[in-house]
Amino acid sequence: MDQHLSEEHHILPVKLYLSIVSCLFILTAVTILAAFVDLGALNTPLAMLIAIFKGTLVVLFFMHVRYNTPLMWIFAAAGFFWFLILLALLMQDYMSRGWEVVPPVEFLNL
Amino acid sequence: MTTHAHEGPLQHHFDDLRQQYEAANMGMWAFIAQEIMFFGGMFGAYTVYRYKYMAAFVEGSNSLPIQWGALNTAILIASSFTVAMAVRSAQLGHARAILNWLLGTMVLGVAFLGVKVIEYSHKWHHHLIPSRDFRYEGLLDPGQMKIFYSFYFAMTGMHAIHMIIGIGLMFWLIPKIRRGTYSADYYSPIENFGLYWHFVDIVWIFLFPLLYLIGREPWISI
Amino acid sequence: MTTTTTAINESPTVTKTNGRQESYLNASYGIRSWLLTLDHKRIGVLYLICITAFFMIGGVFAGLIRLELTTPQGDLVSSETYNKLFTMHGVMMIFFFLIPSVPAVLGNFILPIMIGAKDVAFPKLNLLSWYCFLAGGSLAFLAILLGGIDTGWTFYTPYSSTYSNSWVGLALAGVFINGFSSILTGVNFLTTVHKMRAPGMTWFRLPLFIWAQYATSLIMVLGTPVVAITLLLVLLERVFGIGIFDPALGGDPILFQHMFWFYSHPAVYIMIVPGFGVISEVIACFSRKAIFGYSFVAFSSLAIALLGFLVWGHHMFTTGQSLYAGMVFSFITFLIAVPTAVKIFNWTATMYRGSISLDSPMLYALGFIGLFLIGGLTGLFLSTMATDIHLHDTYFVVAHFHYVMVGGMVMAFLSGIHFWWPKMTGRIYNEGMGKTGAILIFTGFNLTFFPQFVLGYMGMPRRYHVYPEEWQGLHIMSTAGAIVLAIGYALLVFCLLYSLFRGERASANPWKAKGLEWEIPSPPTLHNFDSIPIVTSEAYAYEEEDVTLAEKAAADATEEVAH
Repeated sequence: MDQHLSEEHHILPVKLYLSIVSCLFILTAVTILAAFVDLGALNTPLAMLIAIFKGTLVVLFFMHVRYNTPLMWIFAAAGFFWFLILLALLMQDYMSRGWEVVPPVEFLNL
Repeated sequence: MTTHAHEGPLQHHFDDLRQQYEAANMGMWAFIAQEIMFFGGMFGAYTVYRYKYMAAFVEGSNSLPIQWGALNTAILIASSFTVAMAVRSAQLGHARAILNWLLGTMVLGVAFLGVKVIEYSHKWHHHLIPSRDFRYEGLLDPGQMKIFYSFYFAMTGMHAIHMIIGIGLMFWLIPKIRRGTYSADYYSPIENFGLYWHFVDIVWIFLFPLLYLIGREPWISI
Repeated sequence: MTTTTTAINESPTVTKTNGRQESYLNASYGIRSWLLTLDHKRIGVLYLICITAFFMIGGVFAGLIRLELTTPQGDLVSSETYNKLFTMHGVMMIFFFLIPSVPAVLGNFILPIMIGAKDVAFPKLNLLSWYCFLAGGSLAFLAILLGGIDTGWTFYTPYSSTYSNSWVGLALAGVFINGFSSILTGVNFLTTVHKMRAPGMTWFRLPLFIWAQYATSLIMVLGTPVVAITLLLVLLERVFGIGIFDPALGGDPILFQHMFWFYSHPAVYIMIVPGFGVISEVIACFSRKAIFGYSFVAFSSLAIALLGFLVWGHHMFTTGQSLYAGMVFSFITFLIAVPTAVKIFNWTATMYRGSISLDSPMLYALGFIGLFLIGGLTGLFLSTMATDIHLHDTYFVVAHFHYVMVGGMVMAFLSGIHFWWPKMTGRIYNEGMGKTGAILIFTGFNLTFFPQFVLGYMGMPRRYHVYPEEWQGLHIMSTAGAIVLAIGYALLVFCLLYSLFRGERASANPWKAKGLEWEIPSPPTLHNFDSIPIVTSEAYAYEEEDVTLAEKAAADATEEVAH
């Protein structure tokens, strides 16, 4: 073939990789600094949001998913989505355990 | 047009190089989906226990050396850059460059593992490895503390095993690169290795805040 | 389907000098050519041999269980030994027989041919998957030989993680390694179906067997790793004492169950959905009709794969899981009955006004429909929390899952084996023996397991080998059924093996079925197709038969002129 296979696959410029890795370093620093600021209940969601953003940068640019077909976006997303299913249905048990009211002994026909 | 199994990089059951490339890429992503679920099981269990035993997790997290964790995060991010550059070199067909960037990745990977050795031996000296010699002398429930450390070792340990496998894979790739096996028309093994390495990096991106940054003593309150 | 010749590979069907037709079986000789094969067909055969061996081991344990249960006292074996018997029966049958069965045997053999490919996407990974299976099975078998395991196939903690003195670690290692077999097969099939379909083979022209294998592969890839990490954590707990499932440390045994069943419920769909695929093929062929509602059946496989991941807590209603979580799981479990029922309705509608022939594969398929229906409906009793309180851990559950797994999946597997046997081996088996085997198995099965519904309803717990005397009649019936079942299995194995030596040679299409696999010789050549097939018609074009035959005659005539 006249054009190499790789050229169809978008060879990304070094500058792009450098900007992504700089972003990742900066966001890591932000994560650490934010950990030492007391935001109460928001600390964990913030840390997770930053981590998700970092992970997304890696997936989209370092792993080339941004330049892939929609089918491959589905393949890439599927694992994360399935993990969320596990997490959601697992936690819904633990978070609802305290909701049951056990009747006092007198009400049980023992 | 005929194709023989040994003529060029095209395997006989594929019609052309593009099909072969796309299949390799898809297969690798399917494998990564599986890896996400593998680590996901541990992340799920971690979430359950953090929810149940928040205080123990805070204390456990504060006992972890944040400077080593931060350094390791930086090392891995840098190694993601080097491996991305290695894949780019493969796309350009520059065998020498692939080799150099991969060697850089290996060095960073070994450095990461070196830091982990330091961390683990520190824990060993303080009897915080949750085998039978576990000794916790704080105020919280020792069982819950043991659970935190179990997660620390299981999750970072499994991650470290994946790093070791990654380094091993790089050793395996090097002679093939030197033989000129990879070109701008066939570089799937390099790219797939890159995908694997990036995945291992992403796992650490989540591990670091979840293990090292829980409830740290604030310098500033808002 | 019409095909045109586009030469990409210049090896036509050759008759060797000894007069034998060239095929994948004689393309190369020697044990190395089998153990190092990259041919998906040979790998399918290797799997078949091994799962048959594991089935027999599991069957021996079943026989011992039934023998013990014939009398109400625990007189044949001690309780500890009985624990080992049902554990090892379960481990062997589930992990080393049912899970690989259709995907690894029939899927490996037929899937690439059905889509017009020369092999799977990753032949080396395919061979590796067989070795993982063999290694895992060998470790589990070794655990059995060394003294066995007694935790139940479910490995519940803290017994498995702390207290059991049996060979749990070894068995866990075996199951873990075997998991890679599933994962690699799934990765292979997903990629193969996406990337290696022949020209013209669009998604909606795929045989439903392929849709079923695809859905199963999704489950294998996304579910197996969770049980892998779970069992690994139990192993770590046993070996290193690091413990997250030990209540003495504040660990939660129910967490183990959550993580275990996250895989093991979808695993039952790994065990049945491929069977659904086989049934679609067989019903269509032996009713001479296209499957009614093709796209509904196709999408129902995907729906079952997805919903299957959302229902695992229905195994845990009585364990201490929150009531509200139980309600969520129960509700979604009801939903999963819908796509399953869609299939049953559609198969029935396919047979309506079809031209039914009762060959062996069809007998197994019809048996499947009836038995799976019973098994599936009894699942609804179990997914209703209120009734499950009484039925959980009783023989009702045992009967339910044997109806779906043996009455369902094993029958579907045997249906597929009988259907594709001529293609795989180039031999026709004796039809009389085939039919007799099917009838014996159907009869024996019902006799064995129907009484167990009654026993469970009356309160007999599972995993017990001692029971009140008044239930002995039902148990004797069950054991008698097991004997009939064993005879049926022996007959079918004999029938198939006998055909290898004395069976008449099969033509390319002995059943006059539709599908690419029936357009190549029996047994297939090494590369499946002489030239890439080009697909122009829908799947199951049985009603277009006359038109197609005329076209094919014309095409054959032009081909001969061209040569």
